[in-house]
Order: sequence, then C-alpha cells, then structure tokens
Amino acid sequence: MSEKNIIKIKDPILSIQNLSVAYDKNNYAVKDVSVEVKKNTVTAIMGPSGCGKSTLLRALNRMHELYENIETKGTVLLNGQDIYKLPTIRVRRMTGMVFQRPNPFPTMSIYDNVIAGYKLNGIRLKKSEKDEIVERSLRDVVLWEEVKDSLFKKGTFLSGGQQQRLCIARALAFGPEVILLDEPTSALDPVATSKVEDLLTKLKENYTIILVTHNMAQAARISDYSLFMYLGELVEYDKTKNMFTNPQDKRTEEYLTGKFG
Amino acid sequence: MNALHQIDTSKRRLLKDRIFYWLVIAMAGLTISPIVLIISKLIAKGYKQISFEFIIRNTPDTYEAMTAISNNELIPGGIANGITGTLLMVVLAAIIAIPVGIITGIYLYENQGKRLANLTRNISDIIQGVPSIVLGLIAYLWIVKNVTNGYSALAGSVSLSIMMLPMIIRSTEETLKMIPQTLKEAGLALGVPYYKVILKILVPTGFSGLLTGILLAISRVMGETAPLMLTALGSSVINLNISEPTSAIPLLIWEFYNDPNMVDLIWSSSLLLMGIVLLLNIVSKQIAAKRK
Repeated sequence: MSEKNIIKIKDPILSIQNLSVAYDKNNYAVKDVSVEVKKNTVTAIMGPSGCGKSTLLRALNRMHELYENIETKGTVLLNGQDIYKLPTIRVRRMTGMVFQRPNPFPTMSIYDNVIAGYKLNGIRLKKSEKDEIVERSLRDVVLWEEVKDSLFKKGTFLSGGQQQRLCIARALAFGPEVILLDEPTSALDPVATSKVEDLLTKLKENYTIILVTHNMAQAARISDYSLFMYLGELVEYDKTKNMFTNPQDKRTEEYLTGKFG
Repeated sequence: MNALHQIDTSKRRLLKDRIFYWLVIAMAGLTISPIVLIISKLIAKGYKQISFEFIIRNTPDTYEAMTAISNNELIPGGIANGITGTLLMVVLAAIIAIPVGIITGIYLYENQGKRLANLTRNISDIIQGVPSIVLGLIAYLWIVKNVTNGYSALAGSVSLSIMMLPMIIRSTEETLKMIPQTLKEAGLALGVPYYKVILKILVPTGFSGLLTGILLAISRVMGETAPLMLTALGSSVINLNISEPTSAIPLLIWEFYNDPNMVDLIWSSSLLLMGIVLLLNIVSKQIAAKRK
C-alpha cells in the first residue's frame, strides 16, 4: 500500500508519537499511531466499533491504565511534556474527560458537581472564587440560564442533555488544556445532541477538543480535523473537509460511504 | 391435527389447579403465623409491665418480686441495666465492626477475582456460619482471659462485632458493585487520587446501602444471648465501664426464665427487645426502598 495520508501540524498542542496500547501481550488495541493535534480545533476520531478509538482517547489522559495488564509504548507530548513521565493525577488534571453517559456525582448539587475537581482534590477556594468558577463554567456550556435558580439541587434531577452539559462544565472548571470526549452524545436525543454540538464548536475558541464518535455526520458537522482508525491502525488523518470529499485510502472511503461500520 | 386437543380441560385439572392454589396460600399463611402469634402473645402478656418505670429502673431482686406477687401487685423495677448494657455493647461492637467491615468490603470490591480477596470473602462467609456461642468462647479466650481479666462488656462487644463483620462486609461489597463504574472513572478523570474517589464519591453514593447493612447487622446481634453469657455475664445494676461485667436485655430474659418469681418480666422484656429489633428492620427497609 502506498504512503498513508497523515498530515503534519505546525506547533501542535498534543503530539502522539508511535503510540501502541496492548490489553494482553500482543493483543494490540492501538497500533503504532502518530498524530499531532492543533490547538483550538475540534478533532474527531472515527472508525467502526472495536477499532481502538476509545482506547486511543483514554491513552491521552492515561485512563486506559484502569484496566489490568495494559502495556503502553510510545510517547504522548502535551504542551511538550511527556504525559507518561508525569504523575497520572497531574495528567488527568491537565485534561478534561466527558463520557458516553452523563455521570454527574449523584450525591452532589449542581454547584458542587461543577467544582468537584477542586473540592475532591482538596483545593480550598474562597466563596467568591467558587461562585465565579461555577458561573463561568456553566455559562461556557450554556447551562447557566437554565439552572441558575436551582444550583443547590441535585445534578441528577436535570434532563439527560443538561446532565451531559453539566459534565462538560465539570471538565472545564479545572481549566484543562485539552477536553477528551468519548461519544458524548450517544445517549442523548437529537435536540440535546445538537445543543452539545453547538457547544463544542463554541468551546474550541478557548479549548482544544478531541472527540470520539461513531456518527460520521457529527464528525462532518463539527470537526476541523478527522482521523480514521481501523483495527487499531491509524488509516488516515486530514482536514475533515478533505477527508469527507476526497478520502485517500480505500478503507476510509468505504467506511464513509457506509460499506461497513 | 394440532396439539390443542391434548390440553386437559377436564374437571380433574381444574380441581388440581384449585388444590395447588390453596396449598400455596396455606403455606404462606403458615410462614407468617409464628410472627403474628409471637407478637400477639408478647403484647397480651407483657403490656402490663411496660411503663416509664420499666425503662428507667434496675431489675428487682427475687425477694421484691416475690412480695409483689403475693400482694397481687405488678413486679416493681425494670430493665434499665439491660437496656444500657445492650446499647453499650452494641455501640461498641459497631465501632469495632463498621470500619473493619467497610474497609474489607471496599478491598473485596476493588479486587474482584483475586485469590486473596476470594479467600477473604470465603472466610467471611464461614464466620457467618459459626455458631454464636463459639464466637463467645473465642472472645472469652481473647478478652476475658487476657485483656480485661474477667467478664466484661468489651468481651461481649468483641464477640458481637465478629458476628456483625460478615454482614457489613457483604453489604458493602454488594452496594459498591451496584454503583456504575463510570462514576469512578469521572472522579479519576478529574485527577482525584484513588483513595479519595472511593471515600468521597463511591462511599457517599452507596451510603444508604451501607447504612442498611449496618442496621440489619445491629438488629441481628441485638438479640444474641449465648455469646454474652460467656463474656458479659450480667449485672444487676447499670454499668458503663467496658471492663466490667454488664447486663443485656436478652441476658435478663434468660435470668428471668431461671427465677420463678420473675417469670412475668420475661414477656415485657421480650416485647421491648422485639420492638427495638422490628423498628431497626423497618427503618433499614425504608432506607433501602428509598434508594431504588
């Protein structure tokens, strides 16, 4: 096969170099992936289920290490720092993560959910600072107007879409460099999905967003760059516009035209 | 030909159906009848003695009881020494068993399928099956012989706490298993250290489940008599010193049984004990129902 179509990025915020992740010996979920991510963009990771896209995302804040017998090779540079040489706790504070299903902490109020990152990490803040962080984060996710009168109610009383935006606010509150989202809209209805999508395109002004999605239309709508993975391999990485109009690899083309997936 | 013609619609089948229906009802009735009979008997025979006096005064001696009976009066005094003793020993047992049980439960939850965890879980199940009098013997050897040099509330508490442990361990593990994995991940993804994720996210989320397990364990050991005979021994006055012999409601019931003059007090003491245990059970059921 000819040279893979993997574009280079100038001054990337995140640089993944020859990253491989194995769940058991020689059972690789991610095989030798090298990708650079541009600051203040939305990058979508696409591919059929089981292609390693979630594993790749989780390897970016080392959440994949929760599984046993994991083996990771290669380097991931976030702002020039190798995250595999930093303590995991620091890496995870530098990144925010949002999961498939909304998962606000059920014992905490909306307010406490937003500042959970500070509270649980034992960082003491003045009341005014807390108020400011909560308001800013909730405004960032366009939830402030909806919940400003019920900040001290439990987060689990919100609708699914509101809960997911609350979870994004929780990830933003800590001021992360990169936000990692693992199929954030797969449990949401279409209206809530479009709200989250609008939100992500807005958030890229201040944050770098990496998004795993199995929804090609969603990738086309909101991402600037797309990478296509197949069986753990990075097949193609390009500007989303180029990839959707003119895919270089046959497998990408077949996936995008719905021949498999 | 279809198979419909083979279905038996005869009277015989209908009769069998009827018989089975009533059999089920009869068995269910048989199951609940003891509790109904016990409670009604306890109320009928014990209500006369129950009063404020009964709760705040110590047990009378056999002479006082005899005089009262011959004068056709109610036996004076109460079971304050038993109530305080039971409270003292159950609270102390809970203080010992709750931290150990919850931490062990967390350990089992975190190490599913590991050998040492499986061994611990099996041993905990075995402890649950050990006759309570044997646990009393063990506490006798450990505490009465070596620590307090005599019968003591502490020894009683230790034997009760061993009984509580398996229940708390199991309920902690089961409760934590029911909490979605993704909450743990959400905490870890915020850079929260592992122990804080467990103590500040998982334990509060499962709090009502843990509480239910603890209350059930408490109500279970509250009525234990056998291990206390070998450890706490009993006392005719209120004792709050954990290194001294102490009474308990079930111990008093046993003492009343052995004293012909005190027999009347059995019913009221049992009624009170039963009431407390029933209340704890109802409260824990309520808490468990609320979380679903």
